[in-house]
Amino acid sequence: MSYAKRFDGRKFEEIRKMEAKLDVIPRADGSAMFKMGDTIAFAAVYGPRSMFPRFLQNPEKGVLRCNYDMISFSVTERKKPGPTRRSTEINLVTEKALLPILDLTQFPNTVVDVFIQIIQANAGTRCAGICAASLALAHAGIPMKDLIAAVSVGKVSDKIVIDLDKKEEDHPEGATDIPLAFTGRGKQISLLQLDGDVSKDELIKAIELGKKGCEEILEVQRKALKDYFKGEAK
Amino acid sequence: MLVKEKEIVIPGQDLAKGMDFLPGSGCYREGDNIVSSSLGIINISNRLIRVIPLSGRYDPKMGDIIIGKVKDMSLHGWFLDTNSAYDGMLSIREADEFIDKGADLSKYYNFEEWVITKVVHVNKVSNVDLSTKGPGLRKIKGGKIIEITPSKVPRVIGKQGSMVGLIKEKTGCKITVGQNGRVWIQGENPESELLATEAILMIEHESHIEGLTDKITKFLEGNKK
Repeated sequence: MSYAKRFDGRKFEEIRKMEAKLDVIPRADGSAMFKMGDTIAFAAVYGPRSMFPRFLQNPEKGVLRCNYDMISFSVTERKKPGPTRRSTEINLVTEKALLPILDLTQFPNTVVDVFIQIIQANAGTRCAGICAASLALAHAGIPMKDLIAAVSVGKVSDKIVIDLDKKEEDHPEGATDIPLAFTGRGKQISLLQLDGDVSKDELIKAIELGKKGCEEILEVQRKALKDYFKGEAK
Repeated sequence: MLVKEKEIVIPGQDLAKGMDFLPGSGCYREGDNIVSSSLGIINISNRLIRVIPLSGRYDPKMGDIIIGKVKDMSLHGWFLDTNSAYDGMLSIREADEFIDKGADLSKYYNFEEWVITKVVHVNKVSNVDLSTKGPGLRKIKGGKIIEITPSKVPRVIGKQGSMVGLIKEKTGCKITVGQNGRVWIQGENPESELLATEAILMIEHESHIEGLTDKITKFLEGNKK
């Protein structure tokens, strides 16, 4: 049996309803919320500030430090608070996804802290987190060459789909989840993970689909940024 | 040219095509294009395009008057939190009075105390040297400190200090605006301090409105007791 119609009635190349909001955490230097359907991610940026312990400092440029966490009530089964093997991995990939767009050469010996909190999860949390972090970094005024957008694509049963939700990820006939992140201008891939099996042609098709999806997400991000600072002109 | 003067741009946005323009601060050249690298307002002067950031930390410049907070001490001076990415160093030689070697520095500026200082030097690796030698530079006693976005400081000060002068006159408060976005307010009573605070936060919030001076005048007179 093939996957003819999506569980929530979306088209195969349709992303869930997105929402982006800036300045959600008053005490942070920059913060943003990014929502994709039922997945809600909050990102807060602090810094650049001096880095301690000192041996972690880089005298050539600033360091980016990401911290991803899911709040205990964000998933159906209570998540035990604190870092996990999974969050350590996501910290690393988020950091590597964000670094190519940042220009921290002006701030040697400092650190930029990015805290990503998932308030509500329905698959695609690392992608929503990266989208929120991209907005929060721009809001914090950190020099960045570009914006970044992330989306998950994948294969559910026999169909290539974009922005999988939890139900699709757990499809009885097997699902492949591929989180992708694209930079805004160059359309370069800065995150690509693959969980499951997929053929070469399918992977290429999935990446093309993700590229289109990221363009949509970038539009939402640009609009959120411009709307927030709209009043500042003149 | 793809943007207008005073337009808001976001990181990664194309500002101009071709070699007719030069990238200034807040933007960079990629191939034929000039691209913004920060979130800010466009400023074009002749061939130079600049992006003036709307957010971000204070960037220390020589000659700025800033308000710092004592964070640490050593034998040679104090380390002040300057609201920028780096701490500022206030050497005992640059203090407003002569201090003997080995003296108890906490008698002059103690931890958590606010000091109005001047940036005397910023070196290549962003080491900030501060001084309290000069008129108006001293330790703050009494009053209150509020923080605003550093990019809004010129608005709060106004042309030749017109805006801050207006608030001082109407509320009778003593006000010092640090370039790092910290504002010290001291009034005769809490009500006038509160009024001045509200006025400054109003300027920060509505800095884009034309005829802001009139609006602030009206606000201050309407709420005066």
